[in-house]
Amino acid sequence: MQFTRMRLPIDTFRLPNGLFVTLSEDHTAPLVAVNLWYHVGSANERMGRTGFAHLFEHMLFQGSANVAANEHFELVQRAGGTLNGSTWLDRTNYFETVPSNQLALALWLEADRMGRLLPAMTQQKLDTQRDVVKNERRWSVDNQPYGTWWEKLPALAFPPDHPFHHSLIGSMEDLSEASLDDIAQFFATYYTPDNAVLSIAGDFEPGEARRLVEQYFGPIPRGTSRPPLPSMKLPPTFGEWRRELVLDAVMLPRLYLAFRSPVFGSDEYYAASVTGAILGMRRGSRLHRALVRDRQIASDATAFTFDLPKGSDLLVVDVTARPGIDAEVLEREVAAEIDTVHADGVDSTEVERAVALIETDFVSSMQAAGDRADKLSLFATYFGDPRLLNEQVDRYRAVTAQQVNVFARSRLGRDNRASLLYLPREGDVESAETATVAVTGA
Amino acid sequence: MTTADVLQRPTPGPSRDYRFPAFERLTLSNGLRVVVAPVSKLPIATVVALVDAGAAADPQGHEGVALLTARALAEGTERSDGAELATRFERLGTALDASADWDSAAIRVTVTTERLPAALALLAEVIRVPSFPEREVERLRQERLAELLQQRAEPRGLADDMFGKFAYAADSRYALPDGGLESTVDALSQDVVRAFYDDRYSPSSTTVIIVGDTTAERARQMVTDAFSSWAGDAVRQVSVSDQPAATTRLVHVVGKPDAPQSELRVGHVGVPRLHRDYFSIVVMNAILGGLFSSRINLNLREAHAYTYGAFSSFDWRKSAGPFTVSTAVRSDVTDAAIREILLEIDRLRDGGVTESELTLATSYLDGVFPIRFESTTAIATALASLVSYGLPDDYFDTYRSQVRSVTADHVLAAARNHLRPDGLQIVAVGDPTVIRAPLEALGAGPVLAYDAEGNPTS
Repeated sequence: MQFTRMRLPIDTFRLPNGLFVTLSEDHTAPLVAVNLWYHVGSANERMGRTGFAHLFEHMLFQGSANVAANEHFELVQRAGGTLNGSTWLDRTNYFETVPSNQLALALWLEADRMGRLLPAMTQQKLDTQRDVVKNERRWSVDNQPYGTWWEKLPALAFPPDHPFHHSLIGSMEDLSEASLDDIAQFFATYYTPDNAVLSIAGDFEPGEARRLVEQYFGPIPRGTSRPPLPSMKLPPTFGEWRRELVLDAVMLPRLYLAFRSPVFGSDEYYAASVTGAILGMRRGSRLHRALVRDRQIASDATAFTFDLPKGSDLLVVDVTARPGIDAEVLEREVAAEIDTVHADGVDSTEVERAVALIETDFVSSMQAAGDRADKLSLFATYFGDPRLLNEQVDRYRAVTAQQVNVFARSRLGRDNRASLLYLPREGDVESAETATVAVTGA
Repeated sequence: MTTADVLQRPTPGPSRDYRFPAFERLTLSNGLRVVVAPVSKLPIATVVALVDAGAAADPQGHEGVALLTARALAEGTERSDGAELATRFERLGTALDASADWDSAAIRVTVTTERLPAALALLAEVIRVPSFPEREVERLRQERLAELLQQRAEPRGLADDMFGKFAYAADSRYALPDGGLESTVDALSQDVVRAFYDDRYSPSSTTVIIVGDTTAERARQMVTDAFSSWAGDAVRQVSVSDQPAATTRLVHVVGKPDAPQSELRVGHVGVPRLHRDYFSIVVMNAILGGLFSSRINLNLREAHAYTYGAFSSFDWRKSAGPFTVSTAVRSDVTDAAIREILLEIDRLRDGGVTESELTLATSYLDGVFPIRFESTTAIATALASLVSYGLPDDYFDTYRSQVRSVTADHVLAAARNHLRPDGLQIVAVGDPTVIRAPLEALGAGPVLAYDAEGNPTS
């Protein structure tokens, strides 16, 4: 079988209550993945409740009407399955991969918490998970070198009233304020079948799967209304170079340089994604070759996109200095490399290298049922069409050097940059607060 | 359909059989061994060249040379310089991943089927005729020094490295990180790398593992074309001393001023991979700290909310790798968290496990087995461990029945024989002004203080 002819079988149906379901069969191993996306993330949080969508995700593992606290984990693991959940700016997902004879259990567990979560919620569980999440924040942000980039960059790149501006993990103060009333309201508003997508991938019989989905999810009532998000729309560029210096407990300077870029799924997105791979994917990329190998001013260089489907996506370049290299030199040299691509463009061999790497990663990621199910949910949630998964390689293969250069010309200029420059803090610091100095200007 | 049907917990139907992918072995006339597992779900394949050139073979004073040598393979050959090699691999849609762990160097690529022959030929080139250019070796050495510098501010890696230092006797290779320390990396050079390569890389010390969309016959032809003219001598066997640093319990506080959390590592020297209690230990560890629903995580996270997560592990190596409980806890509960970890270890040794806990662990390990091998990369990694440790060819076919045969008595015996509360080394990377006094008061053992480079402080 050649990859050009590789197509995943994909079927879809919708329950009367609005739940959209995607099925993709593969009988090569006796396992099946269940993946549920709720179209809600930190973007939907209200003022004073940053971090709530993620805290709520934790609460979904604290039991439901017919499942005890932490029993969801135990039942799936006892069945020989793996599971987890994650929260992102605009969605929250929950997933299990189980032996195929345990499909009913995975579906039943997801349906019980979608339909009957609130009877299991208690103040004590909320207080415990609040403290667990505060520890997650300390672990991933506060006690991790450069860990604050994750909230500082969106804060710099999106305006204060934009849904992507605020912290996903949330502030300690806002986490402290979250209440059981907030849980009930959030659940009723967003955790409804008409705001969710369910994907099943792997070894199952389609008639049986459909019967189980109808039986377990069918009785759950559809939601009433969801408050509309404020406009996500943004100009295509920042119109300036926004710079922020961050003094942190790090040993080496690091630059995060972001560009506003076309939203995920658009025609221009694929050119932006390929540009990211040309700049920072693997050792043959522009930045690695120029800054790590040839000039030896960086110890590492990568690039990635956030893959946001609304408002504006971000392409981010992430470069760490070599010991002895000043932060200003790092910023200047990275900027010079970007300026070259902006001014002179790239050639078709660089595009071919990038697309070949992306293609292998894509095929490789389609091996695991859980990854396939997650991607099916993604395309179903964002675009209402999971079959778009089968078009991704063709979309990448269609990208030309000319399209990359149109992107580079319009989006990599000095009028479309937002950067965080991390600097080692000198000596002992009195305050636990991270000092920041904001400098704005092109 | 009634409401009762919806609320009723489903029961599983009969399970379908699963077999770990069949594989074939062969040996070329030069001694190079080959393992091929045809897996044709998707048009992709993974190649791992496994060489008996891991950190265990680092000469004393040159710790880190195994890792540096593996990384330097792709930095130049007799035909191409490093930049050209990167481009040649990447235009095939793959990137060479070359690294070394304790027992082996592993040089890997994953590539789409039609590019497999070209990728395998290129992989053979970097293994057979690397040129180790002085400039590139020096650059990679500097990059390793940058990693070590970064580590001083990164509490997780720092805690791991410090734990190795405090768990193993100073003359054990395991006392130093597998990539070496500043002092040993400073001593590395192009000549040291070349000498290590000449000493360890040879057809007889190499196994090429191919997993994916190919046949045994095609794989045999490709490997023969790529490697059969490679000549080399037999490689000397090495073994690492796994003597502990201390036989009494000690508390090591590694200072990270202002840290809002303490990174904890609690453990001691464990057991070698080929131990006859392996399956009992795996099940015992799953109950103690190997699963979300394990005792340590339910205690530290779900009952006390001290942490985002806590787990335990046995690190399997040819000699005895460490047993470690790992977690990060709020600074002001550092002492309380350590007390709970010690209590859980004692409780397992004193009271054993319930039938429910036993079946949770065994049914998880049994049931999840097929889910562990969904990708060519995962299957190749499993075969690499089979080769590296010399496990029998039916190891994966008997794995599930071995797990199911573990009893509560086996688990209790494993806990009593392989968890040693009196020999635990307790490492806390955190703010000494907050955690030191409570740790003194805890009475878990004498408290010793260090800076972020492991030098004793007052």
